[in-house]
Amino acid sequence: MNVVVCVKQIPDPADPGALDPNTKTLKRDGKLILDESDSYGVEMALQLVDAAGGGEVTLVSMAPNGETAGLRTALAMGAAKAVLVSDDALQGSDALGTSKVLAKAIERAGQADLILTATESSDGYTGTVPEQIAELLSLPSVTFAKSITVDGSSVKVQRQTESGYDDVECPLPAVVSVTAGVVEPRYPSFKGIMAAKSKPVDQVGLGDLGVDAGSVGWAGAGQEIVEIATAEARAASTVVEDDGEAFQKIVDMLAELKIV
Amino acid sequence: MSHAPIPNGADPLDLLGTDTLLTDEERLLRDTVRKFVADKVLPDVGEWFDAGTFPKEMAKEFGALGVLGMHLEGYGCAGTSATAYGLACTELEFGDSGARSFVSVQGSLAMFPIWAFGSEEQKQEWLPGMAAGDLIGCFGLTEPDSGSDPSSMRTTARQDASGDWILNGAKMWITNGSIADVAVVWARTDPDGPDRGAVRGFVVPTNSSGFSAPAIHRKVSLRASVTSELVLEDVRLPASAVLPGVSGMRGPLSCLNEARFGISFGSVGAARACYEAALAYAGERVQFDKPIAGFQLTQRKLVDMMVKVQRGTLLALHLGRAKDEGTLTTPMISFGKMDNVRMALEVAREARSVLGANGITTEYPVIRHMNNLESVYTYEGTNEIHTLILGQAITGLQAFS
Ligand SMILES: Cc1cc2nc3c(=O)[nH]c(=O)nc-3n(C[C@H](O)[C@H](O)[C@H](O)COP(=O)(O)OP(=O)(O)OC[C@H]3O[C@@H](n4cnc5c(N)ncnc54)[C@H](O)[C@@H]3O)c2cc1C
Ligand SMILES: Cc1cc2nc3c(=O)[nH]c(=O)nc-3n(C[C@H](O)[C@H](O)[C@H](O)COP(=O)(O)OP(=O)(O)OC[C@H]3O[C@@H](n4cnc5c(N)ncnc54)[C@H](O)[C@@H]3O)c2cc1C
Repeated sequence: MNVVVCVKQIPDPADPGALDPNTKTLKRDGKLILDESDSYGVEMALQLVDAAGGGEVTLVSMAPNGETAGLRTALAMGAAKAVLVSDDALQGSDALGTSKVLAKAIERAGQADLILTATESSDGYTGTVPEQIAELLSLPSVTFAKSITVDGSSVKVQRQTESGYDDVECPLPAVVSVTAGVVEPRYPSFKGIMAAKSKPVDQVGLGDLGVDAGSVGWAGAGQEIVEIATAEARAASTVVEDDGEAFQKIVDMLAELKIV
Repeated sequence: MSHAPIPNGADPLDLLGTDTLLTDEERLLRDTVRKFVADKVLPDVGEWFDAGTFPKEMAKEFGALGVLGMHLEGYGCAGTSATAYGLACTELEFGDSGARSFVSVQGSLAMFPIWAFGSEEQKQEWLPGMAAGDLIGCFGLTEPDSGSDPSSMRTTARQDASGDWILNGAKMWITNGSIADVAVVWARTDPDGPDRGAVRGFVVPTNSSGFSAPAIHRKVSLRASVTSELVLEDVRLPASAVLPGVSGMRGPLSCLNEARFGISFGSVGAARACYEAALAYAGERVQFDKPIAGFQLTQRKLVDMMVKVQRGTLLALHLGRAKDEGTLTTPMISFGKMDNVRMALEVAREARSVLGANGITTEYPVIRHMNNLESVYTYEGTNEIHTLILGQAITGLQAFS
């Protein structure tokens, strides 16, 4: 079984991020790393291929400046190869533009039985790319998977809900988004790290994918960021003095927030 | 007079930006071990230390990661650079010197001699299992009456008419001894035999009859590590048990060079852990209405620690690059082992004082590191012995005896 995993390479969340005042978007010129959200999809894919007893995991990523650092991490975990789309014309791409590019890249990656993504990225978190990819590829889309089993030509998914999970099933190939934290991503082994540097990364531009530059990037964006502003400083917290009834006040507050 | 404002944005944990000296691959490897240590060592190591144990199950975890014999080629080993091995040692010892000791002994002292001097059969038999952590190794050189002067060893190996070897003697302070499946034991051969009394290395399965390895207790240092005595009473081994590739003290000493190299890196990790703990504590602890980090005396301590850790990092990296280029010499290794362990011990003691009373408990990592480093100061060539190696290197005069 062949699984394609979309992996986003993002600025290290440990470093304070910065917005570019001109483009009003996140600065991505520094080092990028594998989005932790995607490490669950990679782990899930590796487990599925293991369980199927054959096949391989292929990564697909769109990132500026030919960035491969995050891909190498996922290759070191055990993925076999990667398709990387990097093109100056992609600057300014919104989620739909990104999805168009990823859909083409997934086709380039070869015949896939299953396409995995995270439910949302850690830096953009629109949570809309997986469904758009599915639509563009005319494939079924299942979201919020907490467990996936492949059974012949169909996939069974436990789909996380607020109160538990739904069992859903659909034919393959399909696009499934994986909830963060549902599997424990393996450590890249040192043998994996050593092997990763010789695994193939197919770096392509828009021309190679047959994507019209006018349909992506700033040119194709259907949204415009009109203004960016500094977030309001967090308001001071409420202090509840215990006069013997504090617990009730706290319970009421939590109820108001719909937490209990 | 006021000082012009100091531009912010300096990384307090890597002011010199030594991170830029690493390749992407080295960084990935380093970060992987760092995460492993954060997940699997740091949460429990305080308890291991208090209880005086190192869980044997960690061997398989280390094996799965690929850290055991990682810089060796083939036989299930990862085949990384020496620098990468060093970086792994730094991260492991950031956790605890006991964890790093386990890995040093397994990779540099037990696997390395089999890999470098063993027969093909010995390599096939032992190395893959040791790389995976299924088999644990130990290294027996030191004896009750033979420490800094290992050539004075009394353990003997005699070959009988059938060609079998018979080992007798005792080894002392042997890391992993009681949990080992295999011991690389160094013993003196018959002065009248074919080896003319040279020291040879033997691969000894620990289930051999006549072999026992009682643990040493009442340690106050390196408690998260098993330290043992090896007792050899007429241990009979086949002729094939000797390491064929080396004869004389060059055998054990070349293993020690491997491990000492790792300690040059490892000690930086222990020092960094102490510095980070002190920096964090000093920022939070308020006395006389301000964080103690705001007092000049404390800043002096913190800056001293920071400078030492950064200098030690640069020294270790330099040795790593030299080893990978094949230009590393024995005095350079002594420089690294001597100076970085001394540095780490100084940082640990200074950090201990910054933490005040909290500094004496194992709730914080500092005194654990401080106590551990006393062992590291002594094993793998004491600070004094490395001083003498360097003394001889620069004067041409030996002052050992
Ligand atoms: C108007 C606008 C302008 C923007 N301009 C820029 C810009 O100039 N430069 C820029 O870098 N970003 C820009 N962004 C943000 C960026 O395009 C979004 O990150 C992108 O649209 C994906 O959306 P998301 O991260 O919210 O994806 P989500 O829908 O939250 O992602 C879900 C999952 O889809 C997969 N996925 C998403 N993106 C990728 C990817 N690139 N590669 C592989 N897998 C992926 C991952 O598995 C991810 O976890 C802009 C966004 C907007 C709205
Ligand atoms: C926790 C721990 C784990 C260990 N693990 C192992 C192991 O796995 N395998 C193994 O073989 N050994 C191991 N050792 C032993 C270690 O290598 C020895 O302790 C070390 O070599 C010093 O020997 P010694 O303790 O006999 O001290 P001694 O050699 O007796 O030295 C005592 C003091 O005299 C000084 N001294 C000695 N000679 C001179 C001289 N010529 N000039 C100046 N000063 C001198 C020393 O520097 C030291 O300060 C371990 C030790 C410890 C503490």
